[in-house]
Amino acid sequence: MATISLKNLTKTYGKVEVIHGIDLEIADGEFVVFVGPSGCGKSTTLRMVAGLEEVSGGEIRIGDRVVNELDPKQRNIAMVFQNYAIYPHMTVRENIAIGLYTQKLDKAEKARRVENAAEILGLTKFIDRRPAALSGGQRQRVAMGRAMVRDPAAFLFDEPLSNLDAQLRAQMRIEIKALHQRLGSTIAYVTHDQVEAMTMADRIVVMKDGHILQQGRPMEIYSNPVDVFTARFIGTPSMNVISSGQAGGEFGGDGGTPVLLGVRPQDLHVGPDAGEGHALSLSGPVTAVEPLGPETLVHFQLGDDTVIGTAPATEIPEVGSTVTAHAGRAHLHRFDAKTEKALERR
Amino acid sequence: MSSVTETPGTGLPMSRINPKAIVRWTILFIGGVLMVTPLLYMFSTSLKTPGQIYDLRLIPSAPTLANYMEVLREGDFMRWFINSSIVAVVVTASNLFFDSLVGYTLAKFKFRGRRFVFIAILSTLMIPTEMLVIPWYLMSAQFGWLDTYWGIMFPGMTTAFGTFLMKQFFETVPDDFLEAARIDGMNEFTIWWKIAMPLVTPALSALAIFTFLGNWTAFFWPLIVTTSKELYTLPIGLTSFAVEQAIRWEMIMTGAALATIPTLVIFLVLQRFIVRGVMLAGLKG
Repeated sequence: MATISLKNLTKTYGKVEVIHGIDLEIADGEFVVFVGPSGCGKSTTLRMVAGLEEVSGGEIRIGDRVVNELDPKQRNIAMVFQNYAIYPHMTVRENIAIGLYTQKLDKAEKARRVENAAEILGLTKFIDRRPAALSGGQRQRVAMGRAMVRDPAAFLFDEPLSNLDAQLRAQMRIEIKALHQRLGSTIAYVTHDQVEAMTMADRIVVMKDGHILQQGRPMEIYSNPVDVFTARFIGTPSMNVISSGQAGGEFGGDGGTPVLLGVRPQDLHVGPDAGEGHALSLSGPVTAVEPLGPETLVHFQLGDDTVIGTAPATEIPEVGSTVTAHAGRAHLHRFDAKTEKALERR
Repeated sequence: MSSVTETPGTGLPMSRINPKAIVRWTILFIGGVLMVTPLLYMFSTSLKTPGQIYDLRLIPSAPTLANYMEVLREGDFMRWFINSSIVAVVVTASNLFFDSLVGYTLAKFKFRGRRFVFIAILSTLMIPTEMLVIPWYLMSAQFGWLDTYWGIMFPGMTTAFGTFLMKQFFETVPDDFLEAARIDGMNEFTIWWKIAMPLVTPALSALAIFTFLGNWTAFFWPLIVTTSKELYTLPIGLTSFAVEQAIRWEMIMTGAALATIPTLVIFLVLQRFIVRGVMLAGLKG
């Protein structure tokens, strides 16, 4: 296992710069998730670490070696791809063994490692099958087996779960996390799914337009986003962001300048004000309700915007009726209206 | 007693017979007959005596294997058969190797002049063989390749068509496979040979069939480049039945019938590899 360190990393295609000088340290054994919308540069960054894209500027270190000029095979990393990329003409056993291609081990040792990896991943039953006879989840496990068997310095995952259905994705999230705890490996994981980021990461790196916007522990980013983008990207459903004018109360910045006010749907409670002195009260006609079981998401109109609040499961308001929702001051996030940066950190 | 009860009128009711299907099957039947008849006549004629060959009955009145005995006893036939086999096998192997190597390079590597090279290769498809024969001949004469195996084979060792076919197929191989192999530590040649090639077996099979058949039946160039009887390929050799011993149709048909066997074998062996969608199995489910 090893550390990964990026220093002022840039990537240009022709004259267009897509990664603008990224600095990042991934500790030994740390699980770091890169998250951001399509085209934010997260996959490009990962592919530069893997050696599949040339580095335009800056430095990548794996362990204590600068790897900028090294071929992928010299970097001792393993990568799991979005569409698995396991070889259809080989059995599960052969696919996993490919991970040991460069290692000079005797046959018995290779076989032992392959079987061990298959066992850990629950693939022993399928070891002599070809990928065509496996389900999506099993295929992804074969890809992980191929990565694991080599005992690499670091694992790179490029959106490995995005082709799986929701249920399988949830299961694989747990499996990957368990695998990380078991192997103690350094992992760089790219996803556009903030749920994966929140549930699996030791540290989340939020990227947008080739920049790192924020990095930190999942709950730190959730409760302390640095700007409107991060605030809305992390957490589901997205944080409501309204102007202080719409909010009514005294929320303006210094000298009464307008600000943006953010409140998570989970913190915006639909129902009567119990006289607790809520800082924020919003009213409007209900446009949609989404009963989730334990609670109900209530969408209501506020000016031109739609705001989402939460109602108890037992009190589902009618669409078209007017509701009021409240939030305490502790749950309000204030952002500068122009720069969209957070005005205070907690 | 059988336990199966026979119910009367289990035949297909008239209303279920689809008129479109009747037309379709009729057309297919006529097409099939047209295709098969010459082959059947070839086999039929090969079983007839010289006196019977203008008797057009499909089943000979007194079938005989004498023609086969004679053709096989005739010293040169086996020689020609071997010559044709050598030429067709070597040229096919060469095309499978080189066409796919070039096609892979053009499909999967980005380099300056890639488009130009591809267009240059494609443009040679537009030159008819008749125009190439004279330069080939002059070249063979200068290098001393006339009347040699190499002289027969060299023009077909790689083909623009094969390169084009393989390039198109390699473009459908997802880059992820190749990148995964790169990370796993394979060198570029191994990636091509062990990963990319098995993924395009349908194309390789098709190319093998085309190339083998094309060379097995090639007539024009082998006729020009060979002069000694020992180097004739089968099609050239078969014509000698017509020239030297008057036109002996039963012998020509017997030779042709024997010559058909390897092409049938090749086709039957390779056609099962031409299965679509093999490649997709390793990708998302």
